[in-house]
Amino acid sequence: MPDWFRRRTPQPMNERSPDVPAGAFTKCAKCGHILYAKDFERDLKVCLRCGHHHRLTADERIEYTVDPDSFRETNAGLATADPLRFPDYAAKAERGREAAGRNDALVTGTARIGGYPCVFAVADFTFMGGSMGSVFGEKFVRAADQAIESKLPFVLFCASGGARMQEGLFGLMQMAKTSAAVAQLGEAAVPYLVVLTDPTTGGAFASFASLGDVILAEPGAYVAFAGTRVAQQAQTHKPPPGYQTSEFQQERGMVDRVTPRKELKDTLARLLSFFGGQSGSNGEEAAAGYGDTKNPAGIASASRNGRGQA
Amino acid sequence: MASMTVLEFERQIAELESNIAKIREIANRENRDVEHEIADLEQNRDALLHDFFQALTAWDNVQLARHADRPYTLDYLPLLFDDFLELHGDRVFGDDGAMVGGLALFDGKPVVVVGQQKGRDLKERQKRNFGYSRPEGYRKALRLMHLAARFGHPVVTFVDTPGADANVPSEERGISEAIARNLREMSVLRTPIVSVIIGEGGSGGALGIAVADRVLMLEHAIYSVIAPEGCASILWRDPARGPDAARAMRVTARDAREFGFVDEVIPEPLGGAHKGPDATAAAIKDALARHLREIGRLSKTRLLAGRYEKFRAMGRFLDVAAPARLDAPPPAPVPAPTYPETEPAADVQHNP
Ligand SMILES: [Zn+2]
Repeated sequence: MPDWFRRRTPQPMNERSPDVPAGAFTKCAKCGHILYAKDFERDLKVCLRCGHHHRLTADERIEYTVDPDSFRETNAGLATADPLRFPDYAAKAERGREAAGRNDALVTGTARIGGYPCVFAVADFTFMGGSMGSVFGEKFVRAADQAIESKLPFVLFCASGGARMQEGLFGLMQMAKTSAAVAQLGEAAVPYLVVLTDPTTGGAFASFASLGDVILAEPGAYVAFAGTRVAQQAQTHKPPPGYQTSEFQQERGMVDRVTPRKELKDTLARLLSFFGGQSGSNGEEAAAGYGDTKNPAGIASASRNGRGQA
Repeated sequence: MASMTVLEFERQIAELESNIAKIREIANRENRDVEHEIADLEQNRDALLHDFFQALTAWDNVQLARHADRPYTLDYLPLLFDDFLELHGDRVFGDDGAMVGGLALFDGKPVVVVGQQKGRDLKERQKRNFGYSRPEGYRKALRLMHLAARFGHPVVTFVDTPGADANVPSEERGISEAIARNLREMSVLRTPIVSVIIGEGGSGGALGIAVADRVLMLEHAIYSVIAPEGCASILWRDPARGPDAARAMRVTARDAREFGFVDEVIPEPLGGAHKGPDATAAAIKDALARHLREIGRLSKTRLLAGRYEKFRAMGRFLDVAAPARLDAPPPAPVPAPTYPETEPAADVQHNP
């Protein structure tokens, strides 16, 4: 049964091991190697022995990726309305808020990377597995709108298990809503850069996460349409080695570059430069070089400026 | 809540009908007038049908949407269109039997038709991959939709899939990319699109051909973010609780209409579409004609703006203005949704 919400064996959200004294040491979630916490932080939570890229919270991702103090969060107040009154959803969202310190799974804002201004979004897996509900889609679209209006490129880090089933079709429709916003970015010639991180699956990978002008992926990330259990159920097809990893997706042509975490910032800065950005401390001024204003259908701008024309 | 499953109920009705037939046969043989008794029995049967279908649960609709006798895309095409000419293949890798498409005439005018197809016997089921569309299917669908846009013809799609295929070959050939591309391209396709959900609207696999100006749905079809059994096994580790998940996820046509995901629910004959394919097709045809006429009048700019806005508005959320505090009160209740909605945030803010 191709249920794309099934994940691999559940892992603790932050992959921290309890049997190591807090503070000084930490243990690699993959190979078990004991790492000095300070080294681990310095290495951006990548194991120096096996290279395992540990999952990051949105705040860690922002800290490791954008220029210091350059991130300005937008639409932080959007929160789920539990549209279906789905059993236990409100409690789960509350636990997500406690774990992630955010109102939902997508964090959006503006930032600079290597001096290049951009609209920046990060999905936080600690909030209900980074799943896409109404808030996720709305924040994605508002960020895309802002990118178009300010002619800034849109940089997005994905970590998501897909559509949030507790919102029923509201969850599913975020696939269409985000993909339509990506089409608008394209019509406005605003660059859309995606970084796939562990894990990116289901409805996320089958919508906005697969639509980047450039798609980077962190090494070893689980990137797939379906969970491995589903694939294993298909007896007739033996999964090839490395199935459903970033490397596999690059080999199959779905990802532009598998890029180690420590190279991501420079790579993104190079891409922003390539797509016409001008490095500078002043975002407004630097933004002038991007794209152009043509938007033949005038769709997104029409919908931003006024509704009800449909 | 109905006390028996759809299949049990259908068996009971079938028994009743066979009894009626037997009585008639005996009466004919013995030359007795039993028309009065038979009329009573038939009335009885119709009342049972009526009562059962009045009280359908979400799970009953799941069973009806998956019913083995339910008409599929290829059953409807000859009843809705003239001169359907099937076209095969994605021009990249192959031809997906779970997705059919081609050219046809609707009321004498050319349209491009795309639809998901299940099989009836084992051989055809295999050929149709049990309705699970593969990357080639989505790419074929998009190729045909581009063809339609280039030559100014509308697109009609028929949704009926348990979900997109998730096996190794589909993953290797980019099932995610294929669906994602369709979502993006359909949102800006410069021609009218109408989608009809005729059976199972199974998550992203369904949505991959359903980003349309108008989305219509048969009365007993379902539309769902995930199969109810899958939802139940993830949330409650118990696939047998599918009925609970179906209810919680609001998978019925009435639910989808209430929340604005579909524009019209097309009625089915009493007993379900399989009890009257011709009548069902007639109802679909009537709705299709109306909606194609309405959106056919719009300029391309208005058409595309309307389509974008339609999906842009799909979402319900609160704006709590500041990051939630841990001791913050739970979100205020949302007012009962109405359709069409234009501004979800305002909806919540103005009606606390
Ligand atoms: Zn390690």
